[in-house]
Amino acid sequence: MSYVSHADLGGKSGFGPIVPEPEGEYFHAAWEPRAMALTVAMGATGSWNIDQSRAARETLPNYLQMSYYDIWFAALQKLLEERGLVLPDEIAAARVLHPPLAVPRVLQADNVAAVLATGASTERPTTAPARFAVGQVVRTNAGEVPHHTRLPGYVRGKCGVIERLHGTHVFADANANPMATGHPDKGQWLYTVVFDGADLWNDPASDVKVSIDAWEPYLTAA
Amino acid sequence: MSGHDHDHDHDHSELGEMDLRVRALESVLSEKGYIDPPALDALIETYTTRIGPRNGARVVARAWIDPNFHTWLLRDATAAIASLGYSGRQGEHMLAVENTPAQHNLVVCTLCSCYPWPVLGLPPTWYKSAPYRSRAVKDPRGVLAEFGVTLPASTAIRVWDSTAELRYLVLPQRPAGSESLDEEALAALVTRDSMIGTGLALEPS
Repeated sequence: MSYVSHADLGGKSGFGPIVPEPEGEYFHAAWEPRAMALTVAMGATGSWNIDQSRAARETLPNYLQMSYYDIWFAALQKLLEERGLVLPDEIAAARVLHPPLAVPRVLQADNVAAVLATGASTERPTTAPARFAVGQVVRTNAGEVPHHTRLPGYVRGKCGVIERLHGTHVFADANANPMATGHPDKGQWLYTVVFDGADLWNDPASDVKVSIDAWEPYLTAA
Repeated sequence: MSGHDHDHDHDHSELGEMDLRVRALESVLSEKGYIDPPALDALIETYTTRIGPRNGARVVARAWIDPNFHTWLLRDATAAIASLGYSGRQGEHMLAVENTPAQHNLVVCTLCSCYPWPVLGLPPTWYKSAPYRSRAVKDPRGVLAEFGVTLPASTAIRVWDSTAELRYLVLPQRPAGSESLDEEALAALVTRDSMIGTGLALEPS
């Protein structure tokens, strides 16, 4: 099965104008704050990680036709169904039909502030020297990736310069599929890599610089 | 637990399909014991009243008036920001990038909607939507023009695509004429958009 992300939008065209929004205007329908809170609260149960939730969202076939909270809610249902936490017949019937499964933890109201303030660091102990140094030219991997990844299409196969090292962080590609790799928390070196817009967009007039944060497996020495 | 379910029951007549679906899922998750409904209320209350762009504005204002904090923010943004009480979810690893006459910084997440929640709160809809995400990396000057911002040709543009778990806060340029303002008055000049890079700090009135 090929993996298709509908969320890799950098450099694409045809989406129309940007619609501004006043500061403090967070929601546009009564259900949106509940969908936001359900998503955050279920995320806090530890039933899946952030890359698994990103994978669930970006593979929704109608991603580009959906509002962002539609995407969140549809992906939440998908994640729940995939894990058997809520089964499709329960979603259809809108009531409980099967016994609950155990979840690692439940976010309680009096714990919300502390849980949000703590977050979840992705930094991990460094166990290997960094392969690349600041100022070094690297090339990103080219071609399609058959699973969740955080290397955008618009930089694939391009040369950039290492600007900064960030230590070892949980590697998104492995984190999205920990069963396949077995070592979801091992981490990889993370770098900020800067690209010339002229090269990215094949436009000599471009004077923009664009950077991504890239894990070491995305890069080779150029 | 007397009134919780009734808190959201007051306008039945206006309930659409999504309202019903979200409410149904909430009741299933609650009955299964996966969620504590008052925690949902606490999350919504937190992100509509306590965690939002006024937090980031306070960080920026402090950096404008306190050279030591400014240096700290650019060297270790996570710790400097935490010293003002802002930390955690979607801001675990912060980087502050400073606008200067030579360089303007613009932040985007082309792959999803990564955003520094502890300092800016929930992202605006446009930040999560295809028009901004697609064009910010290719035509940032055009994007800025849509926000009413025109930069001198001599100002280089740097776009930061938040592809990992680092989260970016733009430190906008302090506006001219703000020399006499105190920290609170300065914070009022710092807009959400100026901390994403799609705007500039306001001029003092």
